[in-house]
Amino acid sequence: MESKESEYSVKPAAVFEHPLVLTFAQDVKGFLFNHIGALILFVFTCTSVLAVLLIFLFVAREAFPFLGKFSVVEFLTRNAWYPEASEGAEYGALALIVGSVYVTTIALAFSVPIGVLSAIFLSDIVSFKIRGIIKPIIEILAAIPSVAYGFFAVLVLAPWLQKHLGFATGTNALNSSLLLSIMALPTIISVAEDSISATGRDLREASYGLGATRFETMLKVVIPASHSGIIAGVVLGMMRAIGETMVVWMASGNASQIPHPWWDLSQSIRTMTASIAGEMGETVKGSDHYRSLFTIGLLLLVMTLLLNLVSEYFLSRARKSTGKS
Amino acid sequence: MTQINNNEILKPMVKAKKSKYNSYDIEKIKMETTRPSRLYENVISESSTPIIKAENFSFFYGSKAGVKDISMEIYPQMVTAIIGPSGCGKSTFLRSMNRINDLIPNIRVEGKLYVNNQDIYAKQIHLVNLRQQVGMVFQKPNPFPKSIFDNIAYGPRLQGIRKRSTLQQMVEESLQLAALWDEVKDDLKKSALALSGGQQQRLCIARALSTKPNVLLMDEPCSALDPIATSKIEDLIDTLKNDYTIVIVTHNMQQAARVSERTAFFCLGELIEYDTTSNIFSNPGKKQTEDYVTGKFG
Repeated sequence: MESKESEYSVKPAAVFEHPLVLTFAQDVKGFLFNHIGALILFVFTCTSVLAVLLIFLFVAREAFPFLGKFSVVEFLTRNAWYPEASEGAEYGALALIVGSVYVTTIALAFSVPIGVLSAIFLSDIVSFKIRGIIKPIIEILAAIPSVAYGFFAVLVLAPWLQKHLGFATGTNALNSSLLLSIMALPTIISVAEDSISATGRDLREASYGLGATRFETMLKVVIPASHSGIIAGVVLGMMRAIGETMVVWMASGNASQIPHPWWDLSQSIRTMTASIAGEMGETVKGSDHYRSLFTIGLLLLVMTLLLNLVSEYFLSRARKSTGKS
Repeated sequence: MTQINNNEILKPMVKAKKSKYNSYDIEKIKMETTRPSRLYENVISESSTPIIKAENFSFFYGSKAGVKDISMEIYPQMVTAIIGPSGCGKSTFLRSMNRINDLIPNIRVEGKLYVNNQDIYAKQIHLVNLRQQVGMVFQKPNPFPKSIFDNIAYGPRLQGIRKRSTLQQMVEESLQLAALWDEVKDDLKKSALALSGGQQQRLCIARALSTKPNVLLMDEPCSALDPIATSKIEDLIDTLKNDYTIVIVTHNMQQAARVSERTAFFCLGELIEYDTTSNIFSNPGKKQTEDYVTGKFG
């Protein structure tokens, strides 16, 4: 008791043992540490940003001579791809562009309804336990290498389509669209599901409290409230489909033609990605053919960049709207 | 003084059916649903038929009891407050009354909970009709991310009302009841999320009133609001109680004393005491209640 009191008298509360101001050396050291550390992290972060920029620059550099030599309009609108013709080689990429858009659209026509409905099922209907089993399984879909999908397309789906639907060839637009739709599913489901479950329980309660059924609540409140996230998921799935190479290379039949009539899914088509992958190995570096492939690549890059911007826009809107509520 | 007929009071509850709105005639419905206002205040008391009645009602989340063995009666056309410390089950009990707690997985009930003499946890209960007639206002204002008009019109639209003029009229009526009409009448198309917190909560009250409920459950409706918005809501409760039965859960004992006629005190999932508000606050029957209302614990 006594000793404690004396201790207090030696060290009153007003005396701070450690100085509150930095010395000059400490100050400089702290400054350097902070800034050098930040700089190092900045450089590492820049590698990915630089990679994007450099790829863009490289592809553009290889493509621009072609754009100077041939007409862009013809490249985009003509449907004649004869790059290796000995004289009068033609570079009309329309069929390839149409092919890419075509399979992507058909794929989305399958995967959007399936994906969004699955997302609703997972977020609102199934019990927590079963959801914990189903979700990882769906995510495995995203982890399967695309060449494995390609194998399945060529060895299983193609013969099946030929046999049961009477198609002339099994590797066609339908085959590749089906595969692409399965590949786009995990993206669509997981992004849409995140967005739907992020819609607060309070909104659901408000709706049920007014006498809405589960269906009405979903349709009129939850889906409208989470539409940004659902659209973002769809756009991300679309990017996956349009950029996919191996599956369309194996499953589409690789005929550079626009299906005629347009709804005939049994015809073979060819996509932009498959053309690049398939023809790049046969070209002479620096030739017109070589450069035309880079032009296709540039076009693909621009397309995916735009899609990416769109998905970013919707994702940020989704974040905003769920952050608010 | 004459005893007024209980059936008269409960009439709108009994006959409200979804199909009646199919050939909608606003004047007719208005006449049908106008409730007798509370002229005979002193008569409607213990002697009147309870509109909500709990009999040994228990509610379990999994194996944990939210409320245990509650028996109490709630009378029409007055404000009944439920007070108690956090986690005492008052919200659970309130949310059982229109079965909004059904959304939570693994719940179980024991005992009976009657609304208008119907056990609402019976098998064949019409949840849509129950929730339309036992409306709810939640703790946090939760307007839909839609326009003000669409928020209010949501309930009527669910009942199949499509006619624009009818909806317009119902929206105006509800907003006027919630004392919000004058503030928003010029921008009904604006997003409800642009309103202030207090306005949003009154919007939610208007939305709950749009389905013409008989009972209004309010789960701490002012806990997210400032004192000015709170007093507006309390004034609103005061006017609404003439035509509706209001059950309000609140943390704020002054609020319970100000707005309610009867007060129930819950603690640890049990109903400790239930009496007129003046008795609970000035002459509580139990020590525990006294300690709580005087601020000694809780």
